[in-house]
Parts: sequence; structure tokens; C-alpha cells
Amino acid sequence: MPPSDTRQNEEPQGVGGQSQGQPLIVFDDVVKRFGDLTVLDHLNFSVAPGERVTLIGPSGSGKTTILRLLMTLEKVTEGVIWVGDEPFSHMRRGGGQLTQASEGYLRERRKRIGMVFQQFNLFPNMTVRQNITEAPVHVLGTPKGEANARAEELLDLVGLGEKIDAHPTQLSGGQQQRVAIARALAMQPEILLLDEVTSALDPELVAGVLDVLREVAETTDITMLCVTHEMGFARDVSHRVLMFDQGRIAEEGSPEQIFGDPKEERTRSFLSSVLEKGH
Amino acid sequence: MDFLIQRLPLYLDGAWVTIQLTIGGGALAFVLAMVFGIIGTIRHWLPRAVSTVYVEVFRGIAALVLMFWMAFALPQLSGYQLDDRFAAILALGLNVGAYGAEVVRSSINAVAKAQVEATVALNFSWFQRMRLVVLPQAWAQMLPTFGNLIIELMKATAVVYLIGVTDLTAVAQNMRESTGETVIAFLGAFVLYYLIAHALIFGMRLLERRANRKLGRAVPRGKGLKSLAQSTPVGSGTAGGIS
Repeated sequence: MPPSDTRQNEEPQGVGGQSQGQPLIVFDDVVKRFGDLTVLDHLNFSVAPGERVTLIGPSGSGKTTILRLLMTLEKVTEGVIWVGDEPFSHMRRGGGQLTQASEGYLRERRKRIGMVFQQFNLFPNMTVRQNITEAPVHVLGTPKGEANARAEELLDLVGLGEKIDAHPTQLSGGQQQRVAIARALAMQPEILLLDEVTSALDPELVAGVLDVLREVAETTDITMLCVTHEMGFARDVSHRVLMFDQGRIAEEGSPEQIFGDPKEERTRSFLSSVLEKGH
Repeated sequence: MDFLIQRLPLYLDGAWVTIQLTIGGGALAFVLAMVFGIIGTIRHWLPRAVSTVYVEVFRGIAALVLMFWMAFALPQLSGYQLDDRFAAILALGLNVGAYGAEVVRSSINAVAKAQVEATVALNFSWFQRMRLVVLPQAWAQMLPTFGNLIIELMKATAVVYLIGVTDLTAVAQNMRESTGETVIAFLGAFVLYYLIAHALIFGMRLLERRANRKLGRAVPRGKGLKSLAQSTPVGSGTAGGIS
């Protein structure tokens, strides 16, 4: 049974005006361990469709692991992740029991999710165009012409229309990251995971990438989970902020509340340490 | 000099056999290296075990012994006589393919994990990931060592006269025996082997440059063959020797 009904009641803050209906993502008592190290410790939270959630917290607090679990780059140790009405980390067996998801099942489920990485991870053996069109053509079966037209549109959106036939190595880090955003969007995901997407960039390139993401946030209803140290960006685009510490949610609330009036001492000390670094 | 010029057609016939053996053995070795190298990277134990058995068995057997076995032992066991040249190609291909499989496997494993994660995020299947992302990137890594292996293979063909194939070495040997001109007879073979080796090196260099250019690594100073032919160190990878 999806645990969505119970989860709904546990949310103190609502979800930015979109709290009605079923949650899109549910973490149900999720534990993730790497050997003896517990990265996520009985984590429970849910995300509504269209909601934009920012995950903040010191490094090692488990934020990135949440994104990697959702992208199926890691497997949960205990607990279940649900996306929509279906189990995501697991699949149903005959009697309704849940069992570890197979690769085929995961391929079907993760169609709905896209991810942008800290290090861009563009394919160096492809041009910008191929980076954006290969997955739609081969994975979604989009006709080539259509995929090309869509790639051009997306590159215009990220301000790189003239770079369509360039190689990734000919682009700056900021440009590569904008291509990576276009590549993720080309798969038309319902959920977009952003993993410290500006952390590897020179300071002067950060704004360009964040502007693109602001635009995506404003013009689409894609659900976003965003791990970032850019507090200004988090405040602007997110409906809700989750503060993580040692694999648990230390505090959650609206951006105004978390950044303006944090209740927990850990949140306050984390925010002041981030602000001291000049962000 | 006249001695060699008169006998040039014979030398060229021998060289042609050497080239055929090199191409045939190289093609077989390439296919085996790709197949066993790729299945050696699959997580399931069974394909990996198959790959390991192939590599360990054929890397451990001297090419010459394998060749004798194909040419002399196999007919006794199966009653089926392989063509001598085919036996030579089979033995060389199986042997060098085992080395090549290790090169393919390690080159695939050397492709950045982040690249594989990006293919998962884009929901590629295993086959799509290999074909579109992993192999094109591993290819540039394989080529320098492949270059060494194909030259090793070419030189290893020099033992095929022992199973009765008339290659370049056999021609030189026959020449020495029939004329007593040891120095000159082998000088002809030296020169031709050297030329074949350099043709191979040149070809591999073209492939390497093309592969690096596709990954955006080398900045091309022009287009076409000319820019490809500009010298870069060849065989900069680790040497893969053949016993």
C-alpha cells in the first residue's frame, strides 16, 4: 500500500500552494548505508507534483545521496521510495509484496526523472547536438528531425543556439552545464534533480546557469529537487527548504522561514558558515 | 643488389602471404578481443568467467605451439585437416585476441564512472550505453596498445614456415639454402618486414588521431589525410608483448 496518506498529514508547512492531491515522490523510512557508514537514517519526506524543494546541509549530510537514489545510481538499504503511485526502488511481486527492482523495471520507472550533475558529464565523443538528441532518439524513439528541432529550441532557451555543432571541450564550464541542462530537459522529465550544479564553476559563470534554471522553474511545472549552496537561488525558486544533518532532516520550512528565522541551532550555524564563505 | 632484384617477385609473394596472415590474424584477434573484452566487463559472473577462461588459456599458450596443434594435432583428433594458412591465422588470432581482450576490458573500465552515470540518467539501455558512449571513448584508449599488438602479430607470423606456409621468412630461408647467400637473402626480408611494420604504424597513427579528434582532444590543423599524417608519438600506451 502506498504510504502517501499518512505522509500527507506529517507535513507541517504545506507545499507552496500545491499541497492538494497525491505526493509525487515519497521516501518511506529510507535508510542508506555504505558499509558501516549510515548516510540516510530512517528518512521520511514527500514532494508534491510541481513542487521545488531545495536540500541544504553540510557535506556528508546525505543530500546528494537522496538525488542519487532517485536517479537509481544507488540502491536503498532499507525502506521504499515511491514515485507516483508505484514503488520506485522496489517492484511488486505476485502477492503485492515488494522486492528489489530489476533493471527492466527501473528503466521503465526512471523515464520520468532527469538529472544534472556537478561535473556536467557531457559526452566528449559527441557534439552538443548529439549530446542533446541521442537519448530522445534512441531511448524515447523520437524522430530525428523532431529531436533536432527540440535541441535547437532548448539551446536557445539556455542561450547557446550558436554552439549546436561545437564539441563539449570547446565550451566553458558554464556553457557545458547549460548544455547539460538542455540535455536533461530534452528527455521531458517530470522530475529534475540538480546536484550542486554550480559548485564546479568559476564564480563569474554561476549566474548564467542559475538564470537558466530560474527560467525553467518559472516557465515549466517540472518538479525539482535541488542540492545547492546558492542560498539566493534557493530562496528565489524553491517552495520548500529541507535542512539535512547526519542523514536526517534537521529542519524544514518555507525559504522565508529557513533563511529568515531558522529555529534549529544547526540550521543557523550552517547558514552562517555558508554565508561567511561569500555566497 | 641484382640478386635481390631478380628474386623480387618471390619476395613479394612471400610478403603478400605475410600481409594476408597479418590481416586475417588481426581481424580475428580484433573480433575476439572486442567480444571477450566487452563480456569481461559485464557484472554477471558467467560472461565474466567465460572471458577470463579465454584470456587465461590463450594468453598462456605460445602462438607457435598453438599453431602446431592446429596444423598437426587437430587433424589427428578430428580427422579434419585445416588449410595451413587458416591454421596459422586461427592460432595467431586466438593468441593475440587474448591480449587484446584485456586491453578492451581495461579500456572500458577506464571510462569515467561519471560518464556511465550520465547514461543511466538518460535511461540508456546497456547496449546503447556501450555503443554510443562507452566504446567510442574507450576506443581512443585501446588504439595505442592495439598498434603494438598488430605489429607483434605481424612479426609473430615469421614462424609459420614451420608448419609449411611460404611466407616472407620462408622465402628468405629457401633463398639462403638454394644460393648460400645468407646475408643478402635475409637483408631482403629485413627490408620488407620493416616496410610492412611502418605501413601498420602509419595506419594506426591515422586511427589514433581520428579517435582523439572525435573526443575533442587534439586540435586539428587542417582537414583530411594531411593533417592526420602529421607526426605524433605512436604507441605511447603500454606495450603488449607476445610470448
